[in-house]
Amino acid sequence: MTQTARGTGSDLGVGAGVPRPDGLLKVTGEFAYSSDLYLADMLWGATLRSPHPSAWIRAVDVGPALAMPGVHAVLTHEDVPGERFYGLEHKDQPVLAIDQVRYQGEPVAIVAADHPETARRAADAIVVTYEPREAVTDPRRALFDPGCPKVGPEGNLVRHQPVRVGTVPPTAEVVVTGEYEVGMQDQAFLGPESGLAVPAEDGGVELFVATQWLHVDQDQIAPCLGLPKDKVRLALAGVGGAFGAREDLSMQVHACMLALRTGRPVKFVYGREESFFGHVHRHPARMRYEHGATREGRLVYVKAEIVLDGGAYRSSSPAVVGNAASLGVGPYEVDNIHIDAYGAYTNNPPCGAMRGFGAVQACYAYESQMDRLAEACGLDPVEIRVRNAVSQGSRMATGQVIDSPAPLAGMLRELAAMPLPGSSCSPDLRALPGGVAQTTHGEGVRRGVGYGVGIKNICFSEGFDDYSTARVRVELLGDEPHILVHTAAAEVGQGLVTVQAQIARTELAELADLGAARVTVAPADTSVGSAGSSSASRQSYVTGGAVRAACVAVRERLAALRAEHPGLGPAELLRAHGPVEETREYRHRPTHPMDPLTGQGDSHVQLALCVHRAVVDVDVDLGLVKVVELAAVQDVGKILNPPALEGQIHGGSAQGLGLALMEEIQVRDGRVLNPSFTDYLIPTILDMPPMRLSILENPDPAAPYGLRGAGEPPTLSSTPAIAAAVRAASGLALPRVPIRPQDIALAPAAPAR
Amino acid sequence: MDFLRPATWAEALAAKAADPTAVPIQGGTDVMVEINFDVRRPPALLDLTAIGELGDWELTADGLLRVGAGVPYARIITELGDRLPGLAQASRTVGSPQIRNRGTVGGNLGAASPAGDAHPPLLACDAVIEAESAARGTRMIPATGFYLGVKRNALEPDELIRAVHLRPATGPQYFSKVGTRNAMVIAVCSFALALHPGERRLGAAVGSAAPTPLRARAAEEFAAREFDWSGATALDPALLARFGELAAEAASPIDDVRGTAAYRRHAIAVLARRTLTWAWNDYRGKAAA
Repeated sequence: MTQTARGTGSDLGVGAGVPRPDGLLKVTGEFAYSSDLYLADMLWGATLRSPHPSAWIRAVDVGPALAMPGVHAVLTHEDVPGERFYGLEHKDQPVLAIDQVRYQGEPVAIVAADHPETARRAADAIVVTYEPREAVTDPRRALFDPGCPKVGPEGNLVRHQPVRVGTVPPTAEVVVTGEYEVGMQDQAFLGPESGLAVPAEDGGVELFVATQWLHVDQDQIAPCLGLPKDKVRLALAGVGGAFGAREDLSMQVHACMLALRTGRPVKFVYGREESFFGHVHRHPARMRYEHGATREGRLVYVKAEIVLDGGAYRSSSPAVVGNAASLGVGPYEVDNIHIDAYGAYTNNPPCGAMRGFGAVQACYAYESQMDRLAEACGLDPVEIRVRNAVSQGSRMATGQVIDSPAPLAGMLRELAAMPLPGSSCSPDLRALPGGVAQTTHGEGVRRGVGYGVGIKNICFSEGFDDYSTARVRVELLGDEPHILVHTAAAEVGQGLVTVQAQIARTELAELADLGAARVTVAPADTSVGSAGSSSASRQSYVTGGAVRAACVAVRERLAALRAEHPGLGPAELLRAHGPVEETREYRHRPTHPMDPLTGQGDSHVQLALCVHRAVVDVDVDLGLVKVVELAAVQDVGKILNPPALEGQIHGGSAQGLGLALMEEIQVRDGRVLNPSFTDYLIPTILDMPPMRLSILENPDPAAPYGLRGAGEPPTLSSTPAIAAAVRAASGLALPRVPIRPQDIALAPAAPAR
Repeated sequence: MDFLRPATWAEALAAKAADPTAVPIQGGTDVMVEINFDVRRPPALLDLTAIGELGDWELTADGLLRVGAGVPYARIITELGDRLPGLAQASRTVGSPQIRNRGTVGGNLGAASPAGDAHPPLLACDAVIEAESAARGTRMIPATGFYLGVKRNALEPDELIRAVHLRPATGPQYFSKVGTRNAMVIAVCSFALALHPGERRLGAAVGSAAPTPLRARAAEEFAAREFDWSGATALDPALLARFGELAAEAASPIDDVRGTAAYRRHAIAVLARRTLTWAWNDYRGKAAA
């Protein structure tokens, strides 16, 4: 039941519902993922990981592993050829642990063997003498207890970002306070970390890998290998989902080290359990909020303390803290703001990028607060949001003025006006909480409706030089015009390859209209300039912008040629002149750091809104939830590809549903308790309901085609909408996500409403 | 690892006798996961999928259904759902459609996981497991005596499960399972109920809330003693509540990643009350008709 405002465009150009080239291959199981890479003479890599969240390493004996038949190399930190540390923003993470381990699962040694089983057994045969020590697992203690052991290089503070706007009065007519908690969510991509490193004749290495950003991998790998960058060449292998989890390195340096040491290709494929230790997760958060408002529900002030647990290494925690702070009051007009956002080092699993990136956690808290405020003011949840909604011209918490359309009030009204689904008196168990497990025939089931609003920054913020590069070549192949688009942008499943081709068709329509022009999007690799990361909902914007710029440059060259040779069509021109190729870098407008004391500054490129309404049925006796419907309104500026866009909104909403109801890496004393898809649950088709969508196209004049990044915003707002709906059904406060069955069924107080 | 693939039941028994450490494998939905996760490394696998008769079921001369150890859940649902409704409902909650096409009750019994979905209805329905060995022939083991501990059952090392014997339903049967999502989930806890109005009693069993699946004996005895088995009256709420309490008391759950002990106890009481209500209403409806 999807309704979409269709974009315009030619059959295969921007706005058209062009099918993705990998779609059929993926649903038929034919798509070659990075885990399918194979060379006849390759070796298999395996990783020995720390069983302790915090320990000194007293000795490592690789002898028993080396003695095993079939083992070709066993390497430790002593074998790292170059720099021994890497990191996205700060090089604090050892390639292999040196004298200590700081989290459970930290790589200690690597093995290459002629069989994956042999490699794993050899890794198990390495003898490491650990001296376990106290693990720091409480982020508040890590930050605020001076007696707490230090996990990070200079202490346990990764970043503290205050936001200070106006003066927070001691009180307001209506004040609501709340403490909220968000559990550790995993990206749960289906294609585990994998890749193949092949030694090259020039002493370098070629790495085929599933990643989100080839060039930032290259920037980190080359120094660790002690090689110049041009000797570390990367090509994108088939990516089975990313969601932020492939921003940091996993097996990249390890595979290259083993390939260079053995002179053989080396392949790594993490197993599912290992994958849970092989990538960063979403930061768990503990948040204290205080909202002051007038009796009419106009916000007077917001105070917040947001503590994000970054785990053992820095990863992208500083930027995550920046987002939590700058977006910490949500898309609401507030004159007085006092926010302190902190990122902490602990001995918990490292956390970093995940879809929504710091905005998700804050959104859950501020939206929970808006509902409490609505109740305190006797207002409808939609009305309180409308009264405080930002619009074009509003100031964000950072002082940044929203300078493109932000029609939040209208979006909320449209959402609230959508018809509600009928009550579920269906005899089909699949329509009830618990599904076919038949926990109810309707007993204890109560309906609830909730709303959520989110605002997400699009592209990299805070002064980052965020650009993409595209090379476009037009030539005759077989006497037919052919367009080749080459970027290093990672197709991680979002449909970027399709969009690049659509842009080329639109911008070079002159050639396409010949009816014969074919468009090829070349495989992504490092032989072209950086495209930046497939994250922050930025690729359509930045790589889309680069492809468009390169196409425009090609078009202008062709126009100039035509002026020189009047009367020749594009094909004749290409025949006479030869290929026309242009490479362009595209940069979005510059951003600026947040003031370290006040948080002020134009730190974001673009802001995107999504609003959700959730309808749930809750079995209040058992605490089981059936999400009956999710409805969403999102403003994307310009629809590039309707089905791909809808897929992003459906997927983002599903990931938000997972966070609301089931997805949590359970960590106790620094140890992960559920590293499997048996016990880390992600929504199935019986959990994710049909969606009602309204997609708006209010263009951002600063962005290519007016587009607004779309992948992340739905992940923000679906979680608080579902939580609000469960609260409405149960009458419980539910200050934590995911909401567990016992949080509802064993709630201490009887339902109040 | 050796992979043994007997073509006949006799060959399978001989192979098991020759190598009692060989692990039988049917659908592989449990054994292969354990091997994949390196939980165990059996020296040999004994593949039973070539033995056609394990995939058959029949009505025996004494009126029991003899369900071969290799009948997959999907066929229990479609072929036996009318006569074994409790087991069929439990089968419907197992994994995904693909898993239900391959997984079997025989495999569930072999694995003897406390969370196995088939166990509570087998207990509630007084199922009997037919085991066989080359040396000693057939042995009938009541389900109540089959589960000895976490992933431990009453089979001797040289025995294989041939079939499960169950009486076709003599009254309403229900199975309920709590999981944290609405499909493809391992039980947080489960409950099965089978009414035997002709005998003025019911069978009740609890899953995933103790080291083994088990019968809720006190609840069964309470029902036999206190309920009006004429079917003339609705159950008094106090009786329902007490039945739920007794069912919950049968459990000895733990806190783990899937749920807390307190929640499991609470949920079993809810499931017991609800399934009893449904079954009793069905029974009264039938009695009145």
